Amino acid sequence: MAIGVKVMRRPERENSYLRAALKGMALTFRHMFREPWTMEYPEERSHDDARGTWAIAPRWRGTHRMLTDEQGRAKCVACGLCPQICPANCIKLVPGEDEEGNRYPLIYEIDEFRCVFCGYCQEVCPEEAIHVGVHYENAEFSRDRFVYDLERLCSQTHAVSTLWDPTDAAGE
Amino acid sequence: MTPELKGFLLVSVVKMLVVFTITMLGVAYMTFMERKVSAWMQNRLGPNRVGPGGWFQPVADGIKNLLKEETLPRSASLGLFFLAPCMSFIPALCVGAVIPWAAPLPIRFDFTLPVLGRFVHSGLVPMAVADVSVGFLFVLAISSLGVYGIALAGWSSNSKYALLGGLRAAAQMISYEVAMGMSLVPIILLTGNVSFSSIIGAQQDGLWYALPLMVSAFVFLVAGFAETNRAPFDLPEAESELVAGYHTEYSAFKFSMFFIAEYANVLTFSAMFATLFLGGWDVPFTHWDETPGLLQTVATGVVMALKCTALIFFVMWIRWTLPRFRYDQLMALGWKFMLPLALVNIMGVAIASWVAREVLHLGSPLAQALLLTALSAAVTALLFVVVDRGLLIGGVGSLDFMASRRARPARPVPISREAA
Repeated sequence: MAIGVKVMRRPERENSYLRAALKGMALTFRHMFREPWTMEYPEERSHDDARGTWAIAPRWRGTHRMLTDEQGRAKCVACGLCPQICPANCIKLVPGEDEEGNRYPLIYEIDEFRCVFCGYCQEVCPEEAIHVGVHYENAEFSRDRFVYDLERLCSQTHAVSTLWDPTDAAGE
Repeated sequence: MTPELKGFLLVSVVKMLVVFTITMLGVAYMTFMERKVSAWMQNRLGPNRVGPGGWFQPVADGIKNLLKEETLPRSASLGLFFLAPCMSFIPALCVGAVIPWAAPLPIRFDFTLPVLGRFVHSGLVPMAVADVSVGFLFVLAISSLGVYGIALAGWSSNSKYALLGGLRAAAQMISYEVAMGMSLVPIILLTGNVSFSSIIGAQQDGLWYALPLMVSAFVFLVAGFAETNRAPFDLPEAESELVAGYHTEYSAFKFSMFFIAEYANVLTFSAMFATLFLGGWDVPFTHWDETPGLLQTVATGVVMALKCTALIFFVMWIRWTLPRFRYDQLMALGWKFMLPLALVNIMGVAIASWVAREVLHLGSPLAQALLLTALSAAVTALLFVVVDRGLLIGGVGSLDFMASRRARPARPVPISREAA
């Protein structure tokens, strides 16, 4: 046994059928009077009580959100890094330029069905514009609603993910 | 038709409707109870969305099953495929007809309806649809017919899983049927009759048979679990290996019929156990319930319902505690332990009651019952030790299995011919 395999010594003579069954029954009976662990989801989104904390993690990578500047314009400068790094090829970006030479996205679409939620787009973005969100309620009535355009990405309000930081690996 | 016959028919039809309604409602709420009990035992809440506290969940389940699509396997034997659910549904409901659910009710009426004529009835009405004199023999006969439905379902589905489930059900139910029948012979020995009313009467005079016939009660309980295909003996529908066993190919209301049949079987098994071993509708520690009257009937009905509920809870408790038996363990338990135990028990009870009656001249049934209780308590304690040490039931962990394991050489023996 090169690796640490624990060999269980099974009882041979005194292998009890009835006592074990009765013990099990006592156990299940005791459990009937314990407080249930169930989180009643639509009413109760998270809880933090004696049973423990049940909340969505700040590093959760969910559907995207585009941050905006003071004038309400997308922070995106259409540099093209996010469609370049995207492993699922789910970002469609057509850059445009105004009279002053500022680049902005003419079309910015993310197909959330193709997305693998790796978070590389957020990591690579030099303007901290595109983010993956701490969000999981994505139900829609039709499939084409899952291609998020720029307007929709900008209007999301949920929290953005704090991605894994290599300099702070434990998340402190 | 004489007015008396018409009165009898009227009473019988009313009783039929009441028993049928109560059985179906009971089955519906047993599914709810099962889900709630399992949830509590697993620190969950259980269904609580449909209606206040989830109390309309069975209604929602029923509507769902009625509206679901009926699927038919392409190569199923259609006639048998349709017959099978009925074959297990009808016997399950039939059995409830002979069980006395409450003390007999004195009913007296004499009225005339415009077209139907005069209805007359006077006297005690037993609170069973049919107070048959063959008693529990009827229950044993009819409930064993349910296995046809399951075996047919397995055969006609043309599916290997269903067929295996059906075969298992047939083997298991026939095996445990023997032990179950044998475990009830001591009741005939003590009562001298097989009808439910005389068994209840004998228990009112002495003790509830669960005490003097402890071993019988144990064998009957275990066999009942096997007969109703409930865990830990639910091998016919062992989902870990057989998908859903005999009802794999069934959907919609045909599946519901199997489901209802299973719960109806549990209900009638509980009622049987309550009647045979827990005094039936007898209210404990009082003889007030033995004089007929409306109040007595209601009170005894409530007591019977409580006993049944407790037993149903016990069945569910076992299901959500014990893992499923392996198939050979099930057969070994049935043939090598339950059947010999039941046979020895018959002899023991026969000898003990003969000694009590003829040698010790114990006249009163109570004294005889007390003597038997003392004896069976001793036997049960002995059995507990023997079974607990795994000295009787075979399988993994039994002594002969372990001995065979030990006899095998620990290391592979080097082949001497090659060495030479």
